[in-house]
Amino acid sequence: MIDKIKKLPGGVKFMLSMAVVYLIAIFVDKSFVLSSFNKFVQTLIELLPILVLVFGVIFIVNIFLNPETIKKHLGHDSGLKGWFYASLGSVLIVSPPYVIFPLLGQLKKHGMKYSLMAVFLGNRNVQPAFLPVMVYYFGLPFTVVISVYILIFSVLSGIVMGRVMEENDLVKMA
Amino acid sequence: MKKAFQKTLETLKISLPIIIGILMLISIINPLFEKYYPKIFTGNYFIDPLIGAVAGSISFGIPIASYVTGGELLKEGVSLLAVTAFILAWSTVGVMFMPLEISNLGKKFAIWRNSLNFISSIIIAILTIITLKIIL
Repeated sequence: MIDKIKKLPGGVKFMLSMAVVYLIAIFVDKSFVLSSFNKFVQTLIELLPILVLVFGVIFIVNIFLNPETIKKHLGHDSGLKGWFYASLGSVLIVSPPYVIFPLLGQLKKHGMKYSLMAVFLGNRNVQPAFLPVMVYYFGLPFTVVISVYILIFSVLSGIVMGRVMEENDLVKMA
Repeated sequence: MKKAFQKTLETLKISLPIIIGILMLISIINPLFEKYYPKIFTGNYFIDPLIGAVAGSISFGIPIASYVTGGELLKEGVSLLAVTAFILAWSTVGVMFMPLEISNLGKKFAIWRNSLNFISSIIIAILTIITLKIIL
């Protein structure tokens, strides 16, 4: 039993631990827990149509996106195109951190610039698949404004990281 | 098509339990803390995003989870400044994942990138709120 629980993904463990918290708390204050649970169910029902939309968009992106294409354009001689593909890859690839870092580590071995890695990691908030949820909670003007700033700052961060990591030397060495 | 469906299903399998867990956590925590939010988040242009960025930096996850968390906190009275910095830091600064980032991309890169993104999340939050105030 313990082995089975250990093998569960982190997210499932987190969800189950929350269920345990609710079960324990019910012995302390039943009406409080019931009211919290009602609030949880209500919020989840409100969010469900947006989540369906989100995963629909992810599915469409997955049909058209080929990670190999992104990989091909992120080498040390990628130039301006590389910045574009780093942004595009970051915006379109929906993955948790434990997938992203090893993926970038692999791309680094293939010559991906540090500046492009910084751009890739800085743009993760502008993922079209997730934007409906942002619009739902914060509104369209907020989503547009913050997305523009994120894109600008990711490029700035890429430039700074390129300088910090002395990219020119790296390119010469590669 | 089948591959795309499987990939999407995998993302769903990872994301959905996290979203459900977060909604459960917020639903039980918010009633306990909501009365303190107005005292902590006063609308200060530096303190609010700083608190938000620190809170967001602890984890590093899929952005959708931060939107749900931030959106629910906003409904309960946490300032937009703090929530904005929170969602930005959540997906770009990851203290918990530093060892993984260091092992894959190097120590210097990880420290500099996280520090830079932490500062950026505060600046972007301030700029976003100021811009919204001007245009709306």
